[in-house]
Amino acid sequence: MGEELLETPDLSHLNVSDYEKVYEPREDTFLLLDALEKDLNVIRSLQPRLCLEVGSGSGVVSTAVARALGSSCFMMATDLNPFACRFTRETAQANKTHVSCVQMDLDSMIRMDTIIDLLLFNPPYVVTSSEELNQPDEDGSYLHLAWAGGLKGREVTDRLLEHVGKLLAPRSLFYLVVIKENDPEDILKNLSSQGFQGKTIASRKVRNEHLSVIRFCRGL
Amino acid sequence: MKLLTHNVLSSKCLKGVSVGYPLRLNATDIKVVDVDYNSEFVQRMIPKINYSALYDAAQSIGHHNGLPDTVAEDYEHNEEFLKAVHHVLLEVDIVSGDLECPESGRKFPITRGIPNMLVNENEVNEINDSNGY
Repeated sequence: MGEELLETPDLSHLNVSDYEKVYEPREDTFLLLDALEKDLNVIRSLQPRLCLEVGSGSGVVSTAVARALGSSCFMMATDLNPFACRFTRETAQANKTHVSCVQMDLDSMIRMDTIIDLLLFNPPYVVTSSEELNQPDEDGSYLHLAWAGGLKGREVTDRLLEHVGKLLAPRSLFYLVVIKENDPEDILKNLSSQGFQGKTIASRKVRNEHLSVIRFCRGL
Repeated sequence: MKLLTHNVLSSKCLKGVSVGYPLRLNATDIKVVDVDYNSEFVQRMIPKINYSALYDAAQSIGHHNGLPDTVAEDYEHNEEFLKAVHHVLLEVDIVSGDLECPESGRKFPITRGIPNMLVNENEVNEINDSNGY
């Protein structure tokens, strides 16, 4: 038995025009997938039952994890983009697994009852103006909401972080993608007050982005 | 949408809503699918689910056959019960219909299996204190 692999899902059912509607997997996506693969033993040892990916986009991450964990866990995903919800469902189906998708803002419609065991979030982390979060793209779409993060690239992430302790189970894991400008140290401090220990488990510099994946855990 | 998903959704973040749970379920198209049965998964899921909400949702769409109205005693060893819960949680798939906030009556359509619970900014609590830590 070698190291366990997190197989990258087949995305051949999505085409170029689909990526005009949802975020196409890029370096940040692949860094998260790599980090989750390296951490698969940690995830398995938690034996997560309810998993949630917030902002699932093409569905490549939730599908990969759903496949790896099989029938021992139920994978849910949210996205405010209706195409992302549809594609996430299709990506899961095309890879013979199931991801249960609900269109919503972040986790706003999930019961805040410490029920989620595993949370995945590759947020819109790019530093922009606050206004950019409320305006459509030139073509009227909201595709930029997949990456525009407002001030410090933290405005969207912070809306989730402030209550994540009520969403996540007493024993839980949370993987978050950040860039240097998001001030990861400040995020670690914020979440430690909600009982989470954070650790950077993967980093990569891609062009001008210093990307990292932070793993938060509590009760482990 | 699976009934397990329904079990974890709440409209508490809406303005003027204090509990927002469970959401009323109206189904116009239901598909029953085969999902591999994992006894351990169901056992470990039972403490997480709101059982009466699950039962009521299943009953409201006429798919509660074989499901008792309370959790069976000693359920870890009750395969018949676990299989009934498995069926209701994972095999009953709502293709279309809607979810309805029990307090405000706000409806959330379910289309092609996906509930649309995106609301306008002016519909949610300004300081999201229902979710706030």
